Amino acid sequence: MSGLSIFIFSLVFWATAWWLNTRLARITPRDDTIRRLINLAIPVLFGAALLILWEGITRGFDVPLVILPAPSVILERFVNSTDILWADFQQTYLKAVIAGYVMGCGSGFIVAILVDRSPFFKAGLMPVGNLMSALPIIGIAPIMVMWFGFDWQSKAAVVVAMTFFPMLVNTVAGLQTTGAMERDLMRTYAASPTQMLLKLRLPMAMPFIFNALKINSTLALIGAIVAEFFGTPTVGMGFRISAEVGRLNMDMVWAEIFVAALAGSLSYGALALAERRVTFWHASNRNRAT
Amino acid sequence: MMSELFVKRVLPVVTVVMAIIAIWYASAVFMNAPFERDRAARADKTITFSEIVPLTMNQDRPVLPTPHQVVTEIWKTTVEKKVTSKRSLIYHAWITLSATLAGFVMGTLLGIVLAIAIVHSKVMDKSMMPWVITSQTIPILAIAPMIIVVLNSVGITGLFPKAVISTYLSFFPVAVGMVKGLRSPEIMHLDLMKTYSASPSQVFWMLRLPSAIPYLFASMKVAIAISLVGAIVGELPTGAVAGLGARLLAGSYYGQTVQIWSALISAAALAAILVAIVSLLGTWVNKRMGRRPEAA
Repeated sequence: MSGLSIFIFSLVFWATAWWLNTRLARITPRDDTIRRLINLAIPVLFGAALLILWEGITRGFDVPLVILPAPSVILERFVNSTDILWADFQQTYLKAVIAGYVMGCGSGFIVAILVDRSPFFKAGLMPVGNLMSALPIIGIAPIMVMWFGFDWQSKAAVVVAMTFFPMLVNTVAGLQTTGAMERDLMRTYAASPTQMLLKLRLPMAMPFIFNALKINSTLALIGAIVAEFFGTPTVGMGFRISAEVGRLNMDMVWAEIFVAALAGSLSYGALALAERRVTFWHASNRNRAT
Repeated sequence: MMSELFVKRVLPVVTVVMAIIAIWYASAVFMNAPFERDRAARADKTITFSEIVPLTMNQDRPVLPTPHQVVTEIWKTTVEKKVTSKRSLIYHAWITLSATLAGFVMGTLLGIVLAIAIVHSKVMDKSMMPWVITSQTIPILAIAPMIIVVLNSVGITGLFPKAVISTYLSFFPVAVGMVKGLRSPEIMHLDLMKTYSASPSQVFWMLRLPSAIPYLFASMKVAIAISLVGAIVGELPTGAVAGLGARLLAGSYYGQTVQIWSALISAAALAAILVAIVSLLGTWVNKRMGRRPEAA
């Protein structure tokens, strides 16, 4: 097939998918399973149409590899270099991101519990924490690389600093959500402050804590990848991206981005699932009863 | 009234900030001390702790610069240098700021347009919305170096590539917030508009848009902070010569810790100022529109 016909085919496919989607969106079946299937099919079809249009444009117009490689080229590169990608994934995700994420979220959570005891500290720390979550903390990456060396420890340190404040602010906000009625009820049961925390306030704070965990899962990956731009051993996702960009191997860069996207979406999905299990009582989950 | 506000709001914050500065000084002494001990050992001198402390305060390339060193550096590179000089922080901050603002404006407009399309078309809603949410879980900043190099190869350099990264980062919060906001009018109000036989565009201009404004400003606060991050990171991979990100990178190459910290603090100050401006604007607009200021 010549380039032009590939392009025309992809355009036709895209138009057909769009037309099909407009039809699908109008159907409102009674049955729950069918409705869920349709709600899944529409975005999948849209994504597939976009991918095929991308393939068609890059092939049809012979777009140079440097500007935009076709999805098939990226997939080929991904399949052929799984060992390099796996080594990078291990270095960046399994070492730096997970270690930093656990330490950052954990310490943010503990500090929030401690601060919760003292209204004075809470009033002082909350504005500072809110400000810090808005700041470009990622800028400390070069400093951390100087302090902790080139290996994954410095990346984990950046991740700790990035994830700490969102967790702190969200947990403190979550602990404040209990109403006066519920607290009074606990008091009539003669609950100790610890019981109050464990049985009432922490469960109530869970939606906020999961919100922070979800925000942090993306932040952690960004922090680790960007920190690697400042110096690494010769392995790691951020290192590979900046090195291959320098050599104009765009298919490798895209394969690495694909890995990052996959890791990001999967960890987000896992957290969302865990959230649904833990906060099954929350209004946002009750409504979509099975 | 004033004193109560002072005790409840200002005093705790001041205490925490003072504590942070104290911890900063203490860690500076702790982290810079080994260097002084080494130097003393090489000169065959013993050195007491009270002698070390003042020395750690003013090293040339400290492991952790002290707050007053950073403040002096910022003062030297903003007030005492001409704005056009390459060594002026204001010059670098302006480069970053212009990319941030360009990206922020483009991202906000894109987000609003996308949100309007999603709210008004069921197909757009069902096919786009899942992808908008998925794309938030992707570490978007990882593609920053690629965008820069690709746009470079087509001959586009300077401000635009950085602005593209900021746009890409900032349009998500705006799109998601605006969809929420445009859907926030109650069914009652929408029904009322229908009994007036209002056209879709009238419903949009008279009901949906006004009720979405608070959501818009809340998401714009997130968007402007993230635009700045995008612009700074966009300056890293190309070895850009100007901008706060370039200062960070140059500082890390040459081990100029004071320079890194002063760039970092100015970036933080810039972020705080930008968020404050958006937030003030939001309060003002909301007040003009007759909405009572919220407690939060």
